[in-house]
Amino acid sequence: MIATLSRKKKNRLPQVLEHASGDKRFKILEVHIKKHQFKQDALIEVLHKAQELFGYLEDDLLLFIAYRLKLPTSRVYGVATFYHFFTLKPKGRHTCVVCMGTACYVKGADKVLAAVENKAGIKAGETTPDGELSLLTARCIGTCGIAPAVVYDGTVTPRQTPETALEHVKGWIKHGH
Amino acid sequence: MDIEDLVEIAEKERASRKKHVIRCCLAAGCMASDSKGVKEALDKAVQEAGLQDQVEVRGVGCMKLCCQGPLVQVDTHESGATVQVGDDNQGPLYLKVTPESAPSLIATLTGGQTSLQRGNPKAPFFTEQAPIVLANSGIVDPERIESYIAAEGYQALHDVLREMTPKEVVDTMIASGLRGRGGAGYPTGLKWATVAKTPSQQKYIICNGDEGDPGAFMDRSVLESDPHCVLEGMAIAAYAVGANQGFIYVRAEYPLAISRLQTAIKQAKKLGLLGSGIFESPFTFNIDLRIGAGAFVCGEETALMASVEGLRGSPRPRPPFPAESGLWSWPTLINNVETFANVAPIMRKGAEWFASIGTEKCKGTKVFALAGKITNTGLIEVPMGTPLRKIVEVLGGGAPDGGRIKAVQTGGPSGGCIAAEELDTPVDYDSLAKLGSIMGSGGMIVMDEATQMVDVARFFMEFCMDESCGKCVPCRTGTVQMHSLLKKILAREATARDLQKLEELCDMVRHTSLCGLGQTAPNPILSTLRFFRNEYTALLKDDVHNGRNKNHPAPEPAPAPAAGPATGS
Repeated sequence: MIATLSRKKKNRLPQVLEHASGDKRFKILEVHIKKHQFKQDALIEVLHKAQELFGYLEDDLLLFIAYRLKLPTSRVYGVATFYHFFTLKPKGRHTCVVCMGTACYVKGADKVLAAVENKAGIKAGETTPDGELSLLTARCIGTCGIAPAVVYDGTVTPRQTPETALEHVKGWIKHGH
Repeated sequence: MDIEDLVEIAEKERASRKKHVIRCCLAAGCMASDSKGVKEALDKAVQEAGLQDQVEVRGVGCMKLCCQGPLVQVDTHESGATVQVGDDNQGPLYLKVTPESAPSLIATLTGGQTSLQRGNPKAPFFTEQAPIVLANSGIVDPERIESYIAAEGYQALHDVLREMTPKEVVDTMIASGLRGRGGAGYPTGLKWATVAKTPSQQKYIICNGDEGDPGAFMDRSVLESDPHCVLEGMAIAAYAVGANQGFIYVRAEYPLAISRLQTAIKQAKKLGLLGSGIFESPFTFNIDLRIGAGAFVCGEETALMASVEGLRGSPRPRPPFPAESGLWSWPTLINNVETFANVAPIMRKGAEWFASIGTEKCKGTKVFALAGKITNTGLIEVPMGTPLRKIVEVLGGGAPDGGRIKAVQTGGPSGGCIAAEELDTPVDYDSLAKLGSIMGSGGMIVMDEATQMVDVARFFMEFCMDESCGKCVPCRTGTVQMHSLLKKILAREATARDLQKLEELCDMVRHTSLCGLGQTAPNPILSTLRFFRNEYTALLKDDVHNGRNKNHPAPEPAPAPAAGPATGS
């Protein structure tokens, strides 16, 4: 495995490991992998931990995980890209997740999303150029009783309207967008 | 741990009950309205009033009426009185409690007044429910195992392990007539029997908590409100089929459910209710958590198993069914959260009791998540066969602000819309299937006149298009084509021929897809076409009645496939 990786990606692995050696977060991740006894079926758990530590899954991180779990890089990349929860791009400093579940949708979540999209000048799934705000949509966060719901920086907020949503994200958007 | 220890814990817990129990909802819905702050404020107010000896502020799971949260209910029993399970739920219920109003709420215990809005615990929303799965929800503290044990928890597991053979357990399940609550309605007892019969040195139990249907939050509420009930059900199932390892697969979108399950598993292990030699029997059972990563298709059992193995969540053809060859090719029993939550009550009260509830073919109760354009949104549990009208109009209180209900959507993206004229249908697996919808896991979205049905169909098709795993062609490309046809109709650019093409595509995708996602993806279109065809034809470019279609010799060029799927979170 090590041999294949190094042959295909010349000098990449030593680079990755050198990058990893100076970073505490890789150590934490390694402990986590050890906790799962280097089991290959713990890949999704390890990716969760990696994303929690780093915020997103960069290439070096995926290579590191593949090396540690003795998995082909294609498999790690395949799993990381299959699931919506994993992101390969860095997120903004703040996140605004608009729930687009059915209950929220029939109660006007699309209008809330459109209002924020307009104000921030980005589409759902994008981050503002200054890296301040990531605008995302969720399938359903399961709080349909208080629809439409929006999650601002991890805090679920009930019964949103375009006005209340704009009020929330106002500080996160620079003028001029 | 033996039965004496269990009874001792239960009695100690009951004896330590204080005069007033203030239950504060700490499920995700109310937490979003700062119920945590309310609980802290209540605790502080009790301290300040010096009532610590008389008042317990208990954080509980879902109290069902989510739209009025945060909910707080006060139950008062004279100290020393024996309080039976089910005696709670009678005291005054306060709606939309804020941290600021906490002191006035505490003051009511000593004769004070509060300006808080009062709810009516005798309203039909509460009295028409028949809780089995949700019996403990909103009553016990989900973060303390003692609270569950005091509500007769883990007694069923003891009785099963010490007094019944695995075959007797399976027979009880068959006699109860419980059917899988995940949506398909396969008889649970038969599934257990198949796994039990398959000879193997290793078997697995999986609890499917990947509640991906938008608009459904029953499983989340059960896991958050009564996690031990699910663990107990899984342990009983494991004993019946001969498994010693279980997995609970939960969506990453439910962080609270995950943390409560982790706490529950830790507590059960500490008391020896999970692990080796449970109740001094040779039975060993462990449960691990697996966190999903946001893929709707993982609700399908073969895809879910692939995900548990750490692979991409792609389904595979069945047979072989998981009962014969599942996780890592070992026989695997896979049931929904709600199914497992039904197990312990059935074992405790007997199969006959359970079979006496519901209809002839569908026994027991079903939990529904009521949401959308309806007055009382929240969680309800009603006997199978309850007419839809009763659920929507009596329990749900009808459309808010005098609006008119147009349709009820059940079963999420795999289900369909049921028109208001059909509201008298009894809710069970077969009646809903006859109307072209499905029971699904239990999401129920009410839509009023303002909702455009073609747009709803497009919304669900967009969902299926994004969530298609891409393994089989009919689903991968069919959903994209159906979505673009719907968009064309909505843009008023479609002809009657496009509509015909859409119907043909529905039929093709339905019959040729590999897994349930593709097979049911056309349901929202088919059911809206069935009841609201006029909304489709009204949007067509040319009038279908004047015969102009004949002038179109060639079909319109197929529209370009829609742009890439929007990113989910």
